[in-house]
Amino acid sequence: MTTLLISLAFLVLVALAFRIGRTRVVRLGTDAPGGGLHSLPGYYGAYAVLWCVVPALILTVVWLIAEPVIIRDMVLSGAGLDLADMAENQVNLVYNDIKNIAAGLKDASLADPAIQTAAQQYSSLQSTSFMAMLVVFLGVAALGLFLALQRINPKMRARQAVERTIMWLLIGCSCVAILTTAGIVMSLIFETMRFFAKVPVTEFLFGMDWSPQMALRSDQVGSSGAFGAVPIFAGTMLISFLAMMVAAPIGLYSAIYMAEYATPRFRSTVKPMLEILAGIPTVVYGFFAALTVAPVIRGFGQSIGLDVASESALAAGLVMGVMIIPFVSSLSDDVISAVPHSLREGSYGLGATKSETIKQVIFPAALPGIVGSLLLAVSRAIGETMIVVMAAGLAANLTANPFQAVTTVTVQIVTLLVGDQEFDSPKTLAAFALGLVLFIVTLILNIIALRVVRKYREQYD
Amino acid sequence: MTDTAMTTEAIKQEERQSKIRANLKARHAAEKRFRSYGLVAIGAALLALSTLFFTIISNGASALFQTEVRMTIQLDSTLDPETMRAGDYQILIKKSLRDMFPDVARRDRKDLYAVVSNGAWYELLNHVQANPDLVGQTIEIWLPAADDVDMLMKGYIDRELPESDRRVNDQQIAWIDALVANDAIEKKFNTRLFTSGDSREPELAGFAGAAVGSFYTLLVTLALSFPIGVAAAVYLEEFAPKNKWTDLIEVNINNLAAVPSIVFGLLGLALFLNWFGLPRSAPLVGGMVLTLMTLPTIIIASRASLKSVPPSIREAALGMGASRLQVVGHHVLPLALPGMLTGTIIGMAQALGETAPLLMIGMVAFIADIPGGPTDPATVMPVQIYLWADSPERAFVERTSAAIMALLAFLIAMNLSAVLLRKRFERRW
Repeated sequence: MTTLLISLAFLVLVALAFRIGRTRVVRLGTDAPGGGLHSLPGYYGAYAVLWCVVPALILTVVWLIAEPVIIRDMVLSGAGLDLADMAENQVNLVYNDIKNIAAGLKDASLADPAIQTAAQQYSSLQSTSFMAMLVVFLGVAALGLFLALQRINPKMRARQAVERTIMWLLIGCSCVAILTTAGIVMSLIFETMRFFAKVPVTEFLFGMDWSPQMALRSDQVGSSGAFGAVPIFAGTMLISFLAMMVAAPIGLYSAIYMAEYATPRFRSTVKPMLEILAGIPTVVYGFFAALTVAPVIRGFGQSIGLDVASESALAAGLVMGVMIIPFVSSLSDDVISAVPHSLREGSYGLGATKSETIKQVIFPAALPGIVGSLLLAVSRAIGETMIVVMAAGLAANLTANPFQAVTTVTVQIVTLLVGDQEFDSPKTLAAFALGLVLFIVTLILNIIALRVVRKYREQYD
Repeated sequence: MTDTAMTTEAIKQEERQSKIRANLKARHAAEKRFRSYGLVAIGAALLALSTLFFTIISNGASALFQTEVRMTIQLDSTLDPETMRAGDYQILIKKSLRDMFPDVARRDRKDLYAVVSNGAWYELLNHVQANPDLVGQTIEIWLPAADDVDMLMKGYIDRELPESDRRVNDQQIAWIDALVANDAIEKKFNTRLFTSGDSREPELAGFAGAAVGSFYTLLVTLALSFPIGVAAAVYLEEFAPKNKWTDLIEVNINNLAAVPSIVFGLLGLALFLNWFGLPRSAPLVGGMVLTLMTLPTIIIASRASLKSVPPSIREAALGMGASRLQVVGHHVLPLALPGMLTGTIIGMAQALGETAPLLMIGMVAFIADIPGGPTDPATVMPVQIYLWADSPERAFVERTSAAIMALLAFLIAMNLSAVLLRKRFERRW
């Protein structure tokens, strides 16, 4: 409700500034055609809006970032709380209590009187801060508008000024991608460094034992936490391998059929149906794997006397393979279709059948692209989360048996980070180390795949 | 002499021809086989797809109905709806059950009470509070049955099993049969599934809370990713000089498109929650994370759309004296907009189905309330599906499938609208 009100008020402010800027320049204009203005009158309005809104908005953002910190300091230092001998996280707990009481989420009468006063102070500070912010915002907006009106005259190059601002906005937006990558790399590396300060790199990369549950108390037995990630990497590879065993042949053969044999009508009906497979949310595949496929495999295994875990790698791998089919097939389809017709016709001219042409001419010619598409599919499989979270196991077994339960990098990230967490324990930090490994591996696969595909495309263009 | 030579020649020829014929036959058989492999592969993929849909629909269809029990409740005139609490309504329901089966021994009463849902009192409370004038009358009301009873009525619990392996005991089955004979138990359309929030009791759980959470999350995603994506695409396609910096941006966008979604969740956790201190479990943060995830899709689609606008339009506008920004704003953007919208819808469909990054930022909490805004704690449809799929109760299986059907319906609608938009506005130059 307040959000709606504030945005409405903001829109009114914008409209007002536009109107004022526009009327002003029109009034200052001469009798010459177009009022003797340098730019169209709307640009002067936009100029006024920019001056009015941009500085005020920047100030508000700064305010909103600084406000919680300052209020926290004032509340904690001013309320006569005894915080001197408290650890950082205890202080955080107390502060959270204060906030909850102030928000009415917690019954105030049960709390310590010092905390009660602090909560009152907190809410009064918050309302004061809000009012102050409003006043400052309006003040800066008015000041900006005033300055803009000072500058506006018919000779002013308003269009250039406005367009320059818009251009900076566009550049800023296009840099979001870089900021995102930087953010990912920075946050992963930062947390991973903290993890490696507690657990040696060699143990993480080459250790054979993974049991990240840390002891709650130091005297607890048998839960010291071990962070050897080899079983996890092995499990990830096993499941990805199983997925590729499904996706590669099915995807490739359907791509070949679609590109070489299918009539246009067949193609235009079947291709979208295959693409549906890529559009189904992965959580649905996870549910399907856990509820339907895993019991079937288990039942089948038992009927032929095999011991199959109920969260077998096979179930997750099979379903993941189905999910990846469209990635392989549509990419390979593009690559196969891009092989020049002269190659095909040359082969037919020598008397080869269609399948011989495909196997001996088209496939080798398209091979780099096909490899690229397979690599992209592998990177999909490694990074896929929900299917394995729902259908693969949690225990880190080092095995190559697809009927056993294994765990993967993504499963471990989810289990380590979902639920209550302390941000300093190696347990949560380990998730970021795994995330970094995942990021690097998929990045390398993608770069190689894109390189291969692009290089190949250039050959025939 | 010549005769024999000719016959040997003819025989040789015959042999050669039959060899060639055999060879050709083998080659054509290989051709046929190869062709059939392709068909088999496509068939396998389509079979997997139809199995998936079939299991979901056959599991989920029954969730549209919920077993309800007709209760006769005496609301004495001494009762005051203002002061009545949960326990008072529970007593009323228990009393009504005892009246229906007067000769149940005291020790079996607990089993009898378990026929009606644990949370049925809440519906009674709402009914009475909405109609205070009912006090003093005896009313008839349909209340939800417990999930085990519901499963029995739908045939998911096998009556033939030994009693100890069944979640419903023989006595309860006898009572239920008696209710069936009296027409006092019936499967009715399950409106709760569409109108209520999550609940620990399957019979009361609905996905309205998750759907609203998804709505807010997508709203935030759309509000951020569409303008940013279009602006970035316009800059890169129309204005950017060819240099190292723009190359870097392009490489980044292409790579981000292939980064596993869970990594975006890690970014959201480390950056938005721990660094900026934004609230956990909020659609606002979820929307921001999904924005970063869908931006590459939108930027790539928007650039393709801008690229397809012919240069002659730009040149004509420039020739009329428009500035470069005016050319883009007045002429190129409107022509490219349908393509951009199509890309955005596809990106939104991706975001709607995404689960993993949202788990990282705490949108997996159990939340019974329907969120009222983008900063309230909320969950989204896929996460709700994940949570229900993890619940042990048998009755959640059909509800999970029903939620999946709803989610898929949304996705299909979005993709269809993208296809229609493309068909309607696509221009070939």
